[in-house]
Amino acid sequence: MPVEVDAGLATLSDQLTLAAVLLYVVAMVCYALDLGFGRVKGTDGKSEAVRPEEVLVAAGGGAAGAGVAVAPSAPPAPPGHDAAPAGRAPGAWATRAATVAVALTWLGWAVNLGALLTRGWAVGRWPWGNMYEFVVAMCFAAVSAFLYLQLRHGSRFLGAFVTVAAALGLGFAVRYLYVQAGPVVPALNSYWVAIHVTAAIAASGLFIAAGAAGVLYLVRKDGAVRLPSRPDLDRVAHRAIVIAFPIWTFAVIAGSLWADKAWGRYWGWDPKEVWAFITWIAYAAYLHARATAGFKGRAAMIVQLIAFACLMFNLVGVNIFLGGLHSYAEVPG
Amino acid sequence: MEDVERVIRDDATGRSGSAPSDGGPEATRENARTTAHRTASAGREAPVRPVGLGITGWARWFWRTLTSMRTALILLFLFALGSIPGSIWPQRGVSDAKVAQYFDDDPRLAEWLDRLWLFDVFKAPWFAAIYLLLFLSLIGCVLPRAAAHLRELRRKPPAAPRNLSRLPQHAFFDGELTVEEAAARLRRMRFRVTTGPGWVSAEKGYLRETGNLLFHIALLGLLVAVGAGALYGYRGNVLVVEGEGFANTVAAYDRYMPGQQVSAESLEPFSFTVDDFQATYIAKGERRGQALDFEARLKVTDAPGRPERDYALKVNEPLEVNGTQTYLIDHGYAPMFKITDGGGQVAFERPVPCLVVQPATFTSECVIKVPDAQPEQLGILVAFLPTTVPMNGEWVSIFPGAANPTAQVYGAFAGDLGLRNGRPQSVYELDPASLKKMRPLVMKADPLAVGKKLDLPGGAGSIEFTGVKEWIALQIAYDPGRVPAFVSAALAVAGLVLSLTVRRRRVWVRVGPAGAAGRAPDAPDAPDTANATDVTGAAEGAGGSGRGHVEVGGLTRTEGGDFGEEFAEIVSALKPGVNDAR
Ligand code: HEM
Repeated sequence: MPVEVDAGLATLSDQLTLAAVLLYVVAMVCYALDLGFGRVKGTDGKSEAVRPEEVLVAAGGGAAGAGVAVAPSAPPAPPGHDAAPAGRAPGAWATRAATVAVALTWLGWAVNLGALLTRGWAVGRWPWGNMYEFVVAMCFAAVSAFLYLQLRHGSRFLGAFVTVAAALGLGFAVRYLYVQAGPVVPALNSYWVAIHVTAAIAASGLFIAAGAAGVLYLVRKDGAVRLPSRPDLDRVAHRAIVIAFPIWTFAVIAGSLWADKAWGRYWGWDPKEVWAFITWIAYAAYLHARATAGFKGRAAMIVQLIAFACLMFNLVGVNIFLGGLHSYAEVPG
Repeated sequence: MEDVERVIRDDATGRSGSAPSDGGPEATRENARTTAHRTASAGREAPVRPVGLGITGWARWFWRTLTSMRTALILLFLFALGSIPGSIWPQRGVSDAKVAQYFDDDPRLAEWLDRLWLFDVFKAPWFAAIYLLLFLSLIGCVLPRAAAHLRELRRKPPAAPRNLSRLPQHAFFDGELTVEEAAARLRRMRFRVTTGPGWVSAEKGYLRETGNLLFHIALLGLLVAVGAGALYGYRGNVLVVEGEGFANTVAAYDRYMPGQQVSAESLEPFSFTVDDFQATYIAKGERRGQALDFEARLKVTDAPGRPERDYALKVNEPLEVNGTQTYLIDHGYAPMFKITDGGGQVAFERPVPCLVVQPATFTSECVIKVPDAQPEQLGILVAFLPTTVPMNGEWVSIFPGAANPTAQVYGAFAGDLGLRNGRPQSVYELDPASLKKMRPLVMKADPLAVGKKLDLPGGAGSIEFTGVKEWIALQIAYDPGRVPAFVSAALAVAGLVLSLTVRRRRVWVRVGPAGAAGRAPDAPDAPDTANATDVTGAAEGAGGSGRGHVEVGGLTRTEGGDFGEEFAEIVSALKPGVNDAR
């Protein structure tokens, strides 16, 4: 392992991180403009109803057969969903704000990625060896998760909330967690970092996106407001968690494999392990709650947010308050 | 909600009923969620308490309540909640020293905490109660579901409902399509297919439930593996100084923690000597003193009589001998001393493992007990400074590596060490009661460099610092549950991925004569579970050739994702001309 640190690259990484903060903040403002003044039409987040045009195109494109018609007979979209304050034509600039917001998020994402890569190159290892690097990577993962959900499920409405979370996270990391680029302690010098921590970061990013949807779900009032509808939020949160949960499970198992290599036991109820376990149980409880008749909707969402709180406590709180074997705790001062 | 519940009940009764063949109410259940709901519904019915049903009634009630989804949910919560204290209070076996500290600081509180098992949360009866109930619930939940799933695997997909236009997905087109051709194409898309007069019924995605069952069963396997590991495995710690050896016998351990079923003879008979230990540190810059690498060079004999082999033991690379792992978990300095007593005899000559008091600089404390010294026993306290520099009239260490090692005698005492009174003593401290009665000889001498000697006053002898060795702390563990636990865990992840990604979906095709287009759907309304249940066993049109009218309907039995896209693909794949070309 190279001990030399490329100072130039390390500085570049720091600057890129700051740039990413700025980009996220501007993107957040654009999303907010879009949310505040843009169209409230439900097509923003795909509704349960498959949009008629889409099916027609897909089915009709198949053959030359005449008389093709496809009728999606979905239930009417849930109330509040399409309840656009009718008649109010959105300014063109609001539409543009949305486009700009997405573009800025992609740019911020790329810059954030650049910050990670340069940091990694500067130190010649995976760039998640301490709290600072870890939080930067997690913000990146959260934005990635959002962009994925945005592409796949049209959940642009989460943009403002995820970008503000990412900006705050990065800002916090730069202000309070920053440590200079350098090599890691021997315990972290293992290929398991690549497997275990990467999985944990990826899952956390998705959980953050789901958490943002969950908070919105709970603060949103019934009736026609500009925020996305409850079913949309519920669906996006569920999608994100369904992807994240197996990744998290894998991360926990990879962690225990690593513990087996490093500490001589695969599970020792170290505080970090306890909280990873609690988080896992809590998300499993969410999935169960969603499958249990009386718990759907609000109650399941609350379970989800409790799980999210456990996740955050594990990532940050345990290092600061409880300690333990996990030497990630390299928290300055 | 009411509606869903009714469907669930219908479903549950349909399952236990005698005629499992038809589509039943599930067919149009928009929100249908596989067998999960059956279990959920069982839970809902359970709380109706039996009145005067006697023991069996109560037992049945208890079992149904226990195995309901709701109970599982509550138990999951309790499980999570129950492990929180384990992260707040120090646990025996993980951080014993901190537990002892609690007893020192506030014995009454500590005793109460102990009474509630808060220092042994994960071995507490109340914790065991939670997870045993949870796993009982899991068994009670998984077994019936596995049986139901097996039955379902053998069952044919349900017949087509009369009105396909009421399904969440629906399409129609005119074209020539026979029942056989539709069935063949659906089979090619890996659907399970049955046909009837004029209709085809197809289903796929059974792997979802299979995955879900696999996941839950794997969890049971994990519990069994962990339990077996705890019973049949053992763990021990030992501290070895460079140049010394270790043979895997119970007596050789400093601390030995066997499972209940482990006998002393079952220990793997390997041995090794520690030739050398190397720690590498960053020498310059802001991170000066941070460790970079640890490596212990061992000479290992796998079994008596076997040839010796070299092994480089590192932090993430344990030594394995036949399933028994040896881990490098700690290290420190062991300065060597030669102590001559008042009679001129060498009363002590060996390395003394020291405890690290300042990890950043490896400033360490050593205790030397010389019971053989004449005329009086000696007790000596030494500070070991790996890289010594003077600072403000003191001597301090500024770097963890041994660049300028010194040993500073800051207390030498003559008198009775109290070793013979039968009470066990720690080798890392002088017994405070005995120390009070001993006579101080030296307080805070100047540090000794290697090879230097300090004469003790009053002809009590001398102490010479002869060299520096290092010690390593090893953990040796044998856990037969490791591999089964990891296999279970891997299966659990695989099952989880299947159960969360695969969707259960059904497609029906109805083929009729041309002109039947009159049945084209009018404005589709919300699916009505009650009305759509009647199944057209007798087809109205003979599924035949000729330019006909084809209707397709589909639904997913699990939410999430867009079935619409896939459905559209299925429809286009069914259209004549598409696949005929092949
Ligand atoms: C250690 C405890 C358990 C864990 C970690 C766990 C985890 C999970 C997970 C992750 C799912 C997937 C949820 C989904 O498909 O959306 C699931 C589904 C399910 N679990 Fe569990 N489970 C546990 C115990 C139980 C118990 C005790 C029961 C029995 C009452 C149970 C019944 C079910 C059922 C019926 C489903 C299917 C739900 C569905 O299809 O959505 N689970 N479980």
